[in-house]
Amino acid sequence: MNIPPRLRRAVVRLRRDVLFIAAGVPLHLAPPLLFFWALTQLAGLLDGSSDAAPFVLPAPMTLLVIAGYGFTEAQRWRFRALCGVDLPRLRFGRTKRQFGYNWLVGPLLGVLEFLLLALVLVALTAALVLVWVWAAPWEWRLAHRGFTTTASYLTVLGLLALTAVPTLAAGLVRLENLVGRAVLGVSRSDELAQRVEDLTESRAGAVDAADAERRRIERDLHDGAQQRLVSLALNLGLAKATLTDLPPEAQEVIDAAHREAKDAIEELNNLVRGLHPAVLDELGLDAALSGLAARAPLPVRLRVDLPADLPQRAAPAVEAVAYFVVSEALTNIAKHAREATRADVTVTRLGGILRVVIADDGVGGADPSKGSGLRGLAQRVGSVDGTFRMSSPVGGPTMMSVELPCPM
Amino acid sequence: MPDVRRAVIAEDSVLLRIGLVKVVEMAGFEVAAEAGDAQELLAAVEEHRPDLAVVDVRMPPGFTDEGVRAALSIRQKWPTTAVLMLSQYVEERYAADLLATNTSGVGYLLKQRVADVEEFIEALRRVANGGTALDPQVVAQLLVRRASDPLERLTARERDVLALMAEGRSNAGIAAQLVVSESAVAKHINNILAKLDLPKADADHRRVLAVLHFLGVGD
Repeated sequence: MNIPPRLRRAVVRLRRDVLFIAAGVPLHLAPPLLFFWALTQLAGLLDGSSDAAPFVLPAPMTLLVIAGYGFTEAQRWRFRALCGVDLPRLRFGRTKRQFGYNWLVGPLLGVLEFLLLALVLVALTAALVLVWVWAAPWEWRLAHRGFTTTASYLTVLGLLALTAVPTLAAGLVRLENLVGRAVLGVSRSDELAQRVEDLTESRAGAVDAADAERRRIERDLHDGAQQRLVSLALNLGLAKATLTDLPPEAQEVIDAAHREAKDAIEELNNLVRGLHPAVLDELGLDAALSGLAARAPLPVRLRVDLPADLPQRAAPAVEAVAYFVVSEALTNIAKHAREATRADVTVTRLGGILRVVIADDGVGGADPSKGSGLRGLAQRVGSVDGTFRMSSPVGGPTMMSVELPCPM
Repeated sequence: MPDVRRAVIAEDSVLLRIGLVKVVEMAGFEVAAEAGDAQELLAAVEEHRPDLAVVDVRMPPGFTDEGVRAALSIRQKWPTTAVLMLSQYVEERYAADLLATNTSGVGYLLKQRVADVEEFIEALRRVANGGTALDPQVVAQLLVRRASDPLERLTARERDVLALMAEGRSNAGIAAQLVVSESAVAKHINNILAKLDLPKADADHRRVLAVLHFLGVGD
């Protein structure tokens, strides 16, 4: 037999809708029943007939709360298995909405579902009346002569009602979906909030991973290349000191190699310090910054005001950013602010904010949108949700202010 | 000639340790023991009671400040052993810890200074003789910390002289470094001591003490 595809689809859809609705009836009507049961239990306990009341009292309420989550889960299963709609799992804090669904909206839907199922049954019964009349014994038919006409009307009405069932069922399923999604589902703002949370988490992970990687490279360079270079420079120094009877050309070569090795050490040290100064982990921001200030090619006045009674230091990633900001700023000042004769670095901790201010007395005119160094600084500050501000009017002075959040 | 002075070397990089042994021997010391970490170092000092310990700051197992802590306990338990610390980076706090109680027979140099063999040998001898050898970078860091008002009264040249004093150099050494006469250096020093309200001191060592005290290390 050849069933037209449209009809087949309609039948499949109808079966799905009816199943979905049928499953909804117990799930929607059970919560109010449970609720009333719990109420009667409570009433029974409260009228003082039981000595165990104070101990048993919480039980029905607890059961209600647990049952609420259970019902929500069951509804999620119903939507997923029977309707193909995935309601995202609600966070624990959304209890109110789950309860609104289970104890208020749900029963109403349950009643609608029940009515629809009843309509199906009644319509089926009515449509089949003619068959039953026809199947009845002929004596009965003789005794009720006018009944066949009534039965025919009933059958027509039943058939008409049955044709309306698919539309009604589809409508009810759509309504359920709307309500389910609105109450149990995740709203747009929730979705965005969740997304922001996820992104914040993954970004923090990325920042930490980058930090850990810098630390690893620093350690590798320290244990490897740096020791080798010092050893090389030392041996060349020994050669220079001991091989005094070499021809002057050879001595010059050794001398040049010695200088090169020392320069290489210096360069590598600067590179490694830029990656991640070991001292930052060991002694903290104050010590690391004083090292920076001392190595800067211009006089730096450093003030670090970190209250000693703080429960904990800022997160390593935040300290690393603060260090990087000062390091880059001082490099920038030395490189670009030609007229600068001095720099001031101030680090303060105000509650949950680590504030770093770097000022110089140069001629100003620095533009963060041009230099890639300044842009990199702003990006790195942004990576830990800090704010970066810069004021550099032509004629100076230049001031850079960075605020980094460090939750207490 | 008195019996040969002895040294103990603690450095975890084997390559560098070999070089260090050579230089220390060139300086006229006998290397009594070599150590690869802080515990070995303490054991070696206990056993040999050397005149000098050359100590790397960053050593196993933690690769942080094991050397500093070992150096501190050496100075406490065996005050006759001079200690020269070597570090990839100079960190003022380590210097401050080391110099906190007593500034005689102490040195703190950047590791790369060993490449300048002659100067390094001089520093080794100075420290072993009870003097001081501070890396110019240590002094620079301490000056940053103390960039407070009295220092601003110094002229640039006086600051240079003060920095060299803090490194542990003699008047002659400062004069050679700055290419001026020794009497000029003496005059600068008198000015510095006057401007900083420090009493006149007769010995090099007391002078360093005074400078370090002023830098906030001896507080």
